[in-house]
Amino acid sequence: MRKRKITAVVVLAFSLVMVSAGCRKKPPAPPPPPPPAEPKPAPPAKPSISTFVAEPSTIQRGQSSTLRWSVSNATEVSIEPGIGSVQPSGNRQVFPSSTTTYRLTAKGPGGADSASATVTVSQPPPPPPPAAPPPKKSLMQRLEEEVRDAYFDYDKYDIRDDQRSVLTNNASALRAILNDFSGAVITVEGHCDERGSAEYNLGLGDRRATAAKEFLVQLGVPESQLRTISYGKERPQCTESNESCWQRNRRAHFSAGQ
Amino acid sequence: MNKTNPIIYVVVLGAAAGLLHAQQSDITIKLTQGERAAIAVPDMRGAGASAPLGRFVNETLFSDLQESGLFRMVPKSMYPVEVPQRPQDFVAPQPAPRAGAPPIRKGPWLTDWSGPPANANYLTIGYAAEQGGRLVLFGWLYNVNQTDLANAQVFGKLYFGDLDEGGARKVAHDFAADILGQFGFKSLAGTKVYFVSDRTGAKEIWEMNHDGNSQRQLTRYGSTSTFPAVSPDGTKLLFTTYASGYPMIYLHSLETGRRLPFYNQRASMNATAEYTPDGQTVLFSSTAAGPFAQLYACKPDGTELRRLTHSNAIDVEPTVNPRTGSDIVFVSGRSGLPQIYRMNIDGADVVRLSSGEGEAVNPSWHPDGQHIAFSWTKGYDPGNYNVFVMDVTTREYVQLTHGAGRNENPCWAPDGRHIVFSSNRSGSTQIYTMLADGTQVKPLTTQRNNEKPVWSR
Repeated sequence: MRKRKITAVVVLAFSLVMVSAGCRKKPPAPPPPPPPAEPKPAPPAKPSISTFVAEPSTIQRGQSSTLRWSVSNATEVSIEPGIGSVQPSGNRQVFPSSTTTYRLTAKGPGGADSASATVTVSQPPPPPPPAAPPPKKSLMQRLEEEVRDAYFDYDKYDIRDDQRSVLTNNASALRAILNDFSGAVITVEGHCDERGSAEYNLGLGDRRATAAKEFLVQLGVPESQLRTISYGKERPQCTESNESCWQRNRRAHFSAGQ
Repeated sequence: MNKTNPIIYVVVLGAAAGLLHAQQSDITIKLTQGERAAIAVPDMRGAGASAPLGRFVNETLFSDLQESGLFRMVPKSMYPVEVPQRPQDFVAPQPAPRAGAPPIRKGPWLTDWSGPPANANYLTIGYAAEQGGRLVLFGWLYNVNQTDLANAQVFGKLYFGDLDEGGARKVAHDFAADILGQFGFKSLAGTKVYFVSDRTGAKEIWEMNHDGNSQRQLTRYGSTSTFPAVSPDGTKLLFTTYASGYPMIYLHSLETGRRLPFYNQRASMNATAEYTPDGQTVLFSSTAAGPFAQLYACKPDGTELRRLTHSNAIDVEPTVNPRTGSDIVFVSGRSGLPQIYRMNIDGADVVRLSSGEGEAVNPSWHPDGQHIAFSWTKGYDPGNYNVFVMDVTTREYVQLTHGAGRNENPCWAPDGRHIVFSSNRSGSTQIYTMLADGTQVKPLTTQRNNEKPVWSR
């Protein structure tokens, strides 16, 4: 209770002092501000790198990237690694073999600056697998393409003059084929036209197949890889009753063996 | 060479056999040369449960008798109105009241049939009935040229069968067989024809009854199976098949349907097998010895091989004389186009039977061992075969078919009076039968193609 009384007395005293001061005479003007400072000579400018890029920034191994840079206020510009001093602006092809970060350092009276550009080197995609060798033809395909039927006269089994060249060509084709298919067996089929009896034609077809086989063996086709079979007139190629169809059926045909 | 008259040929055979039979028979049947007995075969009726089967009985009896070729069938329109069903239906006419007048007719009598317009020599009568759940056929044969019933009745007999269509056909076949037997001939009822059909898509061996009924597949190799041959006792089937890749001979039991072992010698082909008449030897054609198919003999299982021919030509289709068992006919290309040759079974005494014209193939022995049927292109382009019959001694021949397509693989029926063969006359290859004079040609097959018929007892 006592403390409160004291605070009130102090506040009152301060107020009286303030009122009494305002009632005094005007004070002198403040001094002018100091003149502005004399300008100092400008400090040399700091080098500034305005551009430093690698274009493109991603290459495949073996490709090139071009570094471009442009630097001002520099007296000495260098790019590392591997390039060294360069003009303040320019470009340079680089062939990094792996991802490389190039650092451009510019130095000048005003200091130094640096920037970096990274060339990312990616592994090239694997080359396409080596071209597949042409698919190997089956024995059946090759027989079909390279070996031709030999034709016979009615009721005959001797090799006709005009069929000798056919069988000669067949012999070289068969030698090549049997070279590629060393274990293969070729069946020489004997066929007949519809006119003879089925019974006799069985014997005739066998004789035709054997005659063709013997001709081939003489021309060096290995006998052990040739078999004969007679189909008589049981497997005709065509069934019309005219000479052109009959001729097509009087033949020795060559097929992949069993 | 002279051509013999085929009609006379058939009837001569018939007369000879008839006389032979007459010695053991209580009646005498005469067949004059060039004339066939006229037979009337009126429809029989069935009693009770057998009634619906009557038509099968009548159809079968008529066709068996007609196809035998033994008779002239009296046209049904010539039959008298009253048809007796049993012996007691005949009523003897009353003797003429005075000389010169005709006898007085009292009922059905033999002269109804022997006189005009029927002019029959023989008459069948009978009826069917049900007896104890079975079908019974009462059948009689009359010689209506006789004057009294006792002499007129050739025979009367009962035939039993199942009470169904099959039973009806069976009793009729049996009756027909007995009638044919009276004339010295064997009925073909019960005989079978083996053949090759492609109706399943592959050539397989089939069998059927002699009339084309009951066709049945015997092999199932899905390959090419052909050239059937049946053992003389009818229990085994030989054929040539590509089932193993190469043409080889297979043996089947016809009783079990199973394959039996048959040794095939190493060759690019073993084919066209045939039994000897005693069934103890098989002949066939094989390339075992080199480039030409040659004839061989072996045991029925293919072992104990013996080479028969040594030619530089194709030899196929050996077939053994059924009478002697010791001489064979076969087809060979030794003189050029295939021709028919004959030789001893040991390979000696080779003679050519066909003239060398065209191609002569497919020989088949007649049961008499004296004649062969064969296919010949004589007079036609290659491939256009006709069926011929030749006497192997005189080499006289008759031509039975005349240019209606390819007619091949004739084979004699066991009765020696019929021939089965194949022909493409209809556009596809089918099997036909005919009488040995070339008449009564009848198709047995219709489905797809059917060939290589073999008629077996």
